[in-house]
Amino acid sequence: MAKADLDKLVATFPEAIVATHSHCGDETAVVLPSHLSEIMRWLKESGGFDLLVDLTAVDYLGRDPRFEVVYHLRSMQTGNRLRIKVQIGEIEGGPPPEVDSVVSIWPAANWMEREVWDLYGIRFAGHPDLRRVLLYEEFVGHPLRKDYPKERRQPLVRRENLLP
Amino acid sequence: MAETYTSRLEEAISWARKYSLFTYPFATACCAMEFMATMAPKYDIARFGAEFPRFSPRQADLLFIVGTIVEKQAPVLLRIWEQMAEPKYVIAFGVCASTGGFYQNYSTVPGADQIVPVDVYIPGCPPRPEQVLDGLMLLQKKIQEGTTWVQQRDRREREKGIEPPRPRPRRLPVIS
Repeated sequence: MAKADLDKLVATFPEAIVATHSHCGDETAVVLPSHLSEIMRWLKESGGFDLLVDLTAVDYLGRDPRFEVVYHLRSMQTGNRLRIKVQIGEIEGGPPPEVDSVVSIWPAANWMEREVWDLYGIRFAGHPDLRRVLLYEEFVGHPLRKDYPKERRQPLVRRENLLP
Repeated sequence: MAETYTSRLEEAISWARKYSLFTYPFATACCAMEFMATMAPKYDIARFGAEFPRFSPRQADLLFIVGTIVEKQAPVLLRIWEQMAEPKYVIAFGVCASTGGFYQNYSTVPGADQIVPVDVYIPGCPPRPEQVLDGLMLLQKKIQEGTTWVQQRDRREREKGIEPPRPRPRRLPVIS
């Protein structure tokens, strides 16, 4: 089970683990953003987690730190799963929040990080081509942020006088 | 006397047009499955003279908007409508094409009629083939009566003395 992997991770990086959670074979570790690259590389190379299943983000508006980037890992040899979370805050009026990119570790992260940038506005340092992937370039803002107004529309085309 | 001849001629032309619709299916979502069922032998849209899907807008005169239209796709839809042969008609197939349906968010166009003039709206999520055929027959009725958007626009322009050919459609910026 992945509990052994989680214990090994905590033993190897005791100073970088913020919190862990373990329930019914569902293992999670919250790590410091400053150690993310190092931990991810270790998990891929020594932990055997060779598959990045998913990479997404959550906006906890009103909490500090506000954002959480979530990585779902899987080992194809043992079938174990591990979830890594990293919490990042934002500076009011400052640059967008930023975490290290994992594209150099798992190439599959490329489009997933672009999607997180597109919809949540979290930048990934070291990403080779961080552009919007789903929305159009003219779009302003990041619509899955909880403070994006539900009713705001940013149309590319509208026609007038279409009624007969 | 001349007026009588013109109206009789127009009636005959409308009759021919309503039974030889060449459809362009702009199918973007799950409604396309119902569209396929409508085209297939069981419901057989061929009975109404609209069995021929053309996958080039230049050879089609009936635009079926089948499914959700997102903002990113709206310029493509407008360009396809502008490329179609005149006189052209538009059917919004399903609630997403008609009003945006249950998608009320940043990405979805609230109804294809924000982009192109729609003649017939077919509700349903998705509509049953019977509803689609009903909508097609309604469009045929409108064509015969001359009450579709394009026919009304043509009549207005004739009254003002504007004759075809019209100015070419403006070029849209290419979105990469």
